[in-house]
Amino acid sequence: MPEQPQIERAQSDRAMIEIRNVTRSYGSFKALDDASLTIREGEFFSLLGPSGCGKTTLLRMIAGFDNPTSGSIAVGGQPMEGIPANRRPTNMVFQCYAIFPHLNVEQNVAYGLKRLKLQGGEEKRRVEEALAQVSLTGLGKRLATELSGGQRQRVALARALVMRPKVLLLDEPLSALDKKLREQMQVELRRLQQAVGITFVLVTHDQYEALAMSDRIAVMFGGKIAQVASPKEIYQRPVNRQVADFLGGMNFVKAEIVEENGTSLVVDTLGFGRVKTDKPKAFVRNGGAATLGIRPERLRVLWDNATAKFEVAGKVVERHYFGEITHLIVEIPGLEKPLSVTETNDFGADDIPVGTPIRLAYDPEALVAMGD
Amino acid sequence: MKARRFLSGGWLSVYAFLYIVFLYLPVIFLPIFSVNVAPTPKFPLTGFTLQWYADLPHTPALLDAAWNSLKVGVCASILATVLGILAARSITRYRYPGRRTINGLIMAPLVLPEVIVAISMLLVMLQLGLSLSLFTVVLGHVLICIPYSMTVLTSGFEGFDRSLEEASADLGESAFGTFRRVTLPMVAPAIISSLLVCFTISLDEFIIAFFLTGTEATLPIYIWGQLRFASKLPGVLALGTLLLVASFLLMTVAEILRRRAARRTQNEGGLYA
Repeated sequence: MPEQPQIERAQSDRAMIEIRNVTRSYGSFKALDDASLTIREGEFFSLLGPSGCGKTTLLRMIAGFDNPTSGSIAVGGQPMEGIPANRRPTNMVFQCYAIFPHLNVEQNVAYGLKRLKLQGGEEKRRVEEALAQVSLTGLGKRLATELSGGQRQRVALARALVMRPKVLLLDEPLSALDKKLREQMQVELRRLQQAVGITFVLVTHDQYEALAMSDRIAVMFGGKIAQVASPKEIYQRPVNRQVADFLGGMNFVKAEIVEENGTSLVVDTLGFGRVKTDKPKAFVRNGGAATLGIRPERLRVLWDNATAKFEVAGKVVERHYFGEITHLIVEIPGLEKPLSVTETNDFGADDIPVGTPIRLAYDPEALVAMGD
Repeated sequence: MKARRFLSGGWLSVYAFLYIVFLYLPVIFLPIFSVNVAPTPKFPLTGFTLQWYADLPHTPALLDAAWNSLKVGVCASILATVLGILAARSITRYRYPGRRTINGLIMAPLVLPEVIVAISMLLVMLQLGLSLSLFTVVLGHVLICIPYSMTVLTSGFEGFDRSLEEASADLGESAFGTFRRVTLPMVAPAIISSLLVCFTISLDEFIIAFFLTGTEATLPIYIWGQLRFASKLPGVLALGTLLLVASFLLMTVAEILRRRAARRTQNEGGLYA
């Protein structure tokens, strides 16, 4: 079930895209299953999930390349049913860019403007402006075949932005770029979106990309929307194990429910004792058992005689070095699975010998209850 | 060891050389004898002349045949290419059951014995009550041209990225506008190439034209008719040489265009192209 959207940093409360109970079936297979979602005006929104989760299907239905089997999609308050792609107020940046190879950069960017028959150099002015927005000024006469991957990506972006759409749709736009360029483009895309103020909808399978760029994220699995929230909320308070796992490492701890009320849960765990935690909105009680999760970086090594209000004791069983950080695998008596701990190397976590007894500090706030 | 490699390398070169000679020697005789003074094609050559070429435009029957061939070639190549475009588009763009079988059936005339095809077509035409004319020749030529047209067009259409058409629609262009501004310019070289290939095939084709034409001769039929008269042989050689050169040029241009079309569509397919 989709969670109610939470306001993190409101651009505007006006809905730009409204997706109501949209299902897309191929025979008996449901690529998208009863998805409902509201994307706000001026928002950078990401659809995040593994391949085959239905995120691209949803994007293509917003663009008009595919139609819902049932349900409705509205953009800017206007129902999109029966409106073909060429008459929708959306533009798309394709995964493989789809740059017209028989046209040069300028002609590619001006492609959609040609039909508008703009007067008195307006077309030229808008093309120049769009090229400047994506830092391609001066490359207008280049052929598409003479461009690098990153440059083609910028052309695709300029070609869509020049149309001044209400919504810009981005289908895994960075997946073909190498790591360094990808990180650079993440920053640029976010900056560009803030500058133009257009609603961006990004499809990605890269959780860091979604976390770094988005105002809000919808995490999808198997055609269903699992959670819609801000990056921080999604990362810190995932609704279930699947979401938690997809967003990065997470230690799961079995717990027994002792007390439950409207907003909180009190649970008993073997390693962490009795914990009081916020009850997630979508929490559905399944007998007396629950699962708690804690991110590896929320466990800190306690050096020497340092103490903390909340701590667990155990023994290092594995150590993995990753340059700026070290992963420690720590066995805690009573826990069925050892804890994974991420520690910066400032204090010598990379030198802790395997077998060393160790104490870990944690904040009970970081222990989150979730559905399975 | 070295000697053996040299030897095998040497033999391979000799073999390759003989191979090429076998393929092209007969063809070389044509232009050589066409500029020979003596009317009989025999060595030694007796002298150089362009007389036989100069005589060609003064032969009304030849001009008629050339005109007929031109008409048949243009009609057949256009028809075969239009049909080929539809088929190639369907084969390369969509996935449906029986796609391979249909492709195979379309390509089959390539390997069917031409004389059988010609006789079958003749029977069909007569059954349909069509009187034999250049029109029936055009129909026959369309049949044998389609496999060639398909080969050229599929190679031009293959890898044509569907998202280019989607991008065009996304930017506001209608279906027809997309075809005119994206699809057509991308595949134009392949289409022209197909027209040239089909025209060349129709121009040179003898058996089907022989069976299906009425009283009007095409160039190959005219040439065949002339062979009965020894005195006409030099003219035939000159005409043959011209046909040879024309075919060669048309095919070269067609191949260049086909490659250009393939390059255009394919380098968009890859991500880093």
